[in-house]
Amino acid sequence: MKIVVCIKQVPDTNEVKLDQKTGTLIREGVPSIINPDDKAGLEAALWLKDQYDAEVTVITMGPPQAETALREALAMGADHAVLLTDRRFGGADTWATSKTLASAIKKLEFDLIITGRQAIDGDTAQVGPQIAEHLGIPHISYAEELDLEADFVVVKRQFEDRCHILKARQPCLITALSELCEPRYMTPGGIFTAWKTKITVLNRDDLDVEDSNIGLKGSPTRVKKSFTKAVKGAGVIVNLDPSESAVWLTERLKEKFII
Amino acid sequence: MNFELSNEQIMARGLFEQFAEKEVKPLAQEVDEQERFPKETVEKMNKTGFFGIPIPKEYGGQGCDVLTYIMCVEELSKACATTGVIVGAHTSLACDPIMKFGTEAQKQKYLTPMTSGSKLGAFALTEPNAGTDASGQQTKAILDGDNYIINGSKIFITNGGEADIYIIFAMTDKSKGTRGISAFIVEKGWAGFTIGKKELKMGIRGSATTELIFENCRVPKENLLGKEGKGFSIAMQTLDGGRISIAAQALGIAEGAFAEAVKYVKERKQFNRPLSAFQNTQFSLAELKTKIEAARYLVYHAACKKEAKQAFSMEAAMAKLFAAETAMEVTTKCVQLLGGYGYTRDYPVERMMRDAKITELYEGTSEVQKMVIGSAVLK
Repeated sequence: MKIVVCIKQVPDTNEVKLDQKTGTLIREGVPSIINPDDKAGLEAALWLKDQYDAEVTVITMGPPQAETALREALAMGADHAVLLTDRRFGGADTWATSKTLASAIKKLEFDLIITGRQAIDGDTAQVGPQIAEHLGIPHISYAEELDLEADFVVVKRQFEDRCHILKARQPCLITALSELCEPRYMTPGGIFTAWKTKITVLNRDDLDVEDSNIGLKGSPTRVKKSFTKAVKGAGVIVNLDPSESAVWLTERLKEKFII
Repeated sequence: MNFELSNEQIMARGLFEQFAEKEVKPLAQEVDEQERFPKETVEKMNKTGFFGIPIPKEYGGQGCDVLTYIMCVEELSKACATTGVIVGAHTSLACDPIMKFGTEAQKQKYLTPMTSGSKLGAFALTEPNAGTDASGQQTKAILDGDNYIINGSKIFITNGGEADIYIIFAMTDKSKGTRGISAFIVEKGWAGFTIGKKELKMGIRGSATTELIFENCRVPKENLLGKEGKGFSIAMQTLDGGRISIAAQALGIAEGAFAEAVKYVKERKQFNRPLSAFQNTQFSLAELKTKIEAARYLVYHAACKKEAKQAFSMEAAMAKLFAAETAMEVTTKCVQLLGGYGYTRDYPVERMMRDAKITELYEGTSEVQKMVIGSAVLK
């Protein structure tokens, strides 16, 4: 089985501070990490590799330093890595990103594509499903459990109020929630091997994609304004057993005439 | 002279740091207070490949360099010195001698399970009457057919009772003095081999330190490590390597305490100013930081010499001597910087101060290091 995992290198938002004057993120000196949902997706692929024997290829689009994220994925156990990097890819929104990624994935063999649900620096959750659309394959989003069944991928999809158990015939794409699995650590030996592994680097000219679908020019999204969400009042944490806390909660709701 | 770490080493250091922060630090206080061997961490470290970092892949190891391994001990020790020494004693004192002096069959049988199969190792040289003077071994091994029969006892054995594989030293010919000492690989659970008293210690309280007792313990001849009579040389060479890992442990303890102190002096206010605004604080931190960095270069240099297969005995002794004394000074002064709070268990620096002391004592006291350095200088 061949699995392609899409990952994104993102700033570690736990370490990001906000410029109080401009309301923008201070990115300098902030460590870069593999986007957490993508890392869970990678772990799922590695789990499938351990269980059923699979070949795992990680792919990312980003500046040359995104190589580090690929090396990390290799050190966790991925077999191959592909870096899409070109200044002409810069400024891409989700449409241009998914078009670029899909055109590169077309060049690879795959039975399953795994992406993270969304990136912590963009939060759109669009790229995964868009890749599936461009490739004309089925996709299941928000996977919190995943397994194989003959030619099918079986996924427990999380919704706000319920779960769906869905099957999709391979080849297909799933988007992973971070709850899907706890990523393993790299191993020291894996790290040393990873830096010896050749990474396939592709640029604009290696891909069969129209100019109108890449980079800033190929991006229909226009950001009108970005702002920091207003801070809500602090919550209250009560440490009571379930029945006591139910009583406590009802009393508070009554006080506010909600019930 | 190149002081830069490679890409691999930088990424590995990041891994050790992340692992220590997430898996080791949260348990450090509990492990100390309950004097509990952190089995769960050992299991996770085993899974993550921390138990054979400098051992070649053909023997289940990670195939990394000595410095990468040393940084692992350092990073673990920043959070918990107990955890650092579990890896250090296993790798430097048990895996290393099998790698260096073992037969191919011994490597296959013992080394591979130790690096990749959750078998923990230990090294047993010290006896009640053979401490700094290791030549005074009283444990005896007498050849009887295809077995050696071992009688005697060992004390202060790190990973004692928790380890599965032990490197044991015993006299095979008393008349030859140090040349009558031999090394053996002994498995836990063999008839006649029992674990004695567990020591209650000042620091590294989660590390198991025990007595080992041998009463007519039969050890197959093929478990002789190296040649008969080469035990003392094996022990001394093994300790040379072990000293770098203890130096790394000491360095880690110093760095851990220093980081706590830096955090504290920025937060704590007296006379309407943070402690960090006082020149006394700044000067104290400057002195400690300088010593930590000096210790780092001694430790890393010794590791690089070992990696390059150059003579490193004196460098290892200097690294351990200086790093251990640095750890003691840094932790003591960090407790001072935290004042009364530093003396309480609400902050980890008191534990680090207790942990630091052992680095001046085991794998050769500071005085032994001076003997090694002195004799190398006067050679």
